[in-house]
Amino acid sequence: MSTETGAAAGSDTSRIHNIGYRAYDGPRLGRAYARRSLYSQTLRGSFGLGRSAKSKVLPMLLFGVMCLVAAIIVAVAIATPGTTKLPIKYTSFAIYLQAVIGLFIAAQAPQAVSRDLRFKTVPLYFSRPIEHGDYVLAKFAAMVSAVFVLTGAPVVILYIGALLGKFDFGDQTKWFAQGMVSVLLLSVLFAGLGLVMAALTPRRGFGVAAVIALLTITYGAVSTVQGIAWSTGSEGAVPWLGLFSPITLIDGVQTAFLGASSAFPGGNGPGAGVGVVYLLVVLALVAGSYAVLMRRYRRVGL
Amino acid sequence: MNVIAAEGLSKRFPRVTALDRLSLDIGPGVTGLVGANGAGKSTLIKILLGLSPATEGRAAVLGLDVSTSGAAIRERVGYMPEHDCLPPDVSATEFVVHMARMSGLPPTAARERTADTLRHVGLYEERYRPIGGYSTGMKQRVKLAQALVHDPQLVLLDEPTNGLDPVGRDEMLGLIRRIHTDFGISVLVTSHLLGELERTCDHVVVIDGGTLLRSSSTSDFTQTTTTLAVEVTDSDAHPDGTGALRRSLSEAGVKLVGPDGLDTQGLPGAGHILLVEATGEETYDLVRDSVAGLGLGLVRMEQRRHHIAEVFRSDESRPAAVPAGAVLQKGSGRDEH
Repeated sequence: MSTETGAAAGSDTSRIHNIGYRAYDGPRLGRAYARRSLYSQTLRGSFGLGRSAKSKVLPMLLFGVMCLVAAIIVAVAIATPGTTKLPIKYTSFAIYLQAVIGLFIAAQAPQAVSRDLRFKTVPLYFSRPIEHGDYVLAKFAAMVSAVFVLTGAPVVILYIGALLGKFDFGDQTKWFAQGMVSVLLLSVLFAGLGLVMAALTPRRGFGVAAVIALLTITYGAVSTVQGIAWSTGSEGAVPWLGLFSPITLIDGVQTAFLGASSAFPGGNGPGAGVGVVYLLVVLALVAGSYAVLMRRYRRVGL
Repeated sequence: MNVIAAEGLSKRFPRVTALDRLSLDIGPGVTGLVGANGAGKSTLIKILLGLSPATEGRAAVLGLDVSTSGAAIRERVGYMPEHDCLPPDVSATEFVVHMARMSGLPPTAARERTADTLRHVGLYEERYRPIGGYSTGMKQRVKLAQALVHDPQLVLLDEPTNGLDPVGRDEMLGLIRRIHTDFGISVLVTSHLLGELERTCDHVVVIDGGTLLRSSSTSDFTQTTTTLAVEVTDSDAHPDGTGALRRSLSEAGVKLVGPDGLDTQGLPGAGHILLVEATGEETYDLVRDSVAGLGLGLVRMEQRRHHIAEVFRSDESRPAAVPAGAVLQKGSGRDEH
């Protein structure tokens, strides 16, 4: 180690390692650049890019499943003679495949935030130009983008398939746009909730469990109670019950505003009035998640 | 220009005063910041990085005010935390490249600087392997590399020798010295081991209980009189070997510290240790010859460093001896004030 130094100034040219310390006088690109770098590193990381081969397996598998299912739906639609539209709505796709989305978030939200907390890497970020607001923004945006890529790609595949099948262009484009807005909303909501659960449970295993619990247990509970309410004749309660789990929230919003068919019992989704409540709850949850993350990281510091 | 300047810096928490009107000026070079756990070292570092506002007082790093130019300071300063901070599943190269980009280096520069810096801290082929498999010494080097990768003008190293074995410790201290001599980067290094910093630093600052105990160049420290701790065995001829040696040395005119070799409590073999004031080479010879003359076995003869707080209280006559490199216990200095 120290033997190298002597040669830095001197005569030993036979060793290629012996170049002395070189100062850096190039550009320093500051906070915005650091924030962008953190965003792209996290986004790539959530699909395992730039990480070990092992960590690529799960996200790539889930991404593959999403795209494959979309491709199969397209293939069936095109192969069946006489079809004029896709067998499922763009907005229904994410609802049907919610388990895959849930798994993705459960696996990737902890990797995005828990690692830095668990291995105490956070102080290294905050001893650099970026501040905790930049950190939260970059991580949040990256997670939203990752979920959006996962949920948006199959919708795009469906749309391309619909165009190849020469279905009505105007209708398809309108429905496709509604579907994209829906998955964007879903991405923001799910990413926010996933990051909060992960950031509050620095142990990765617990983080995974917490996210799965939040997404699936609430859905199980809500749909069970909805089923009971519907079968006992209190249909009026069904739309209100949907407010208590993330996926039924998205279902409600897209039923009310984005032309989706509700997956609630009896297709009994909220109308525009209750839909506003749904939308407000979604926005409140997103804002709340963001606020919790900001608070969480303000406290970490050095 | 002063690298760090603080004036009347205070930091009060609801129940604790972490820094109490601390004023200090630190010039270029390697500066040691010594203090017990809880003395205010970490609080000072946070304030200097602009991450925590001071309750009162002002501080400037590289001429930039910490309260207004935090981001600009953090761009020019490197920080190596005391605790473990490395993710185990990425390689040193990937990790340091990422950290370089977080400091604002463009992608290509980040790669080049990473390769350079890892080589300078002594990581070669292993830098492509996941950090999880590294030894403590290698991890410390990665931590140091991430603090240096953006070519800062100043690095703050928090307990860089923690957890290292003696060889690793020496290598790390050598490396810290080189950061200034070869790289031209000023260093502020914290430790609770004064002996360690004496070897590395040009200047040592001691804080305790949030106040400045003393700030002086390292040469001032080494002028303090050396105390030798001597421990001998007993023999048949001298059942009390320690007593015999004490008498023998007193007759030879050697000054014994404390009437009875006091203040050895808590040391291994307390009560059997003589503290001898060494005035030069001849004292060592005298002790050796006396022990040999008495036919005793010499168990040890080592230099003792004064208790850190005592070093700075030259007016007081009673030095409490603690081994060089003794770990300051939490609040140990404070209790005596």
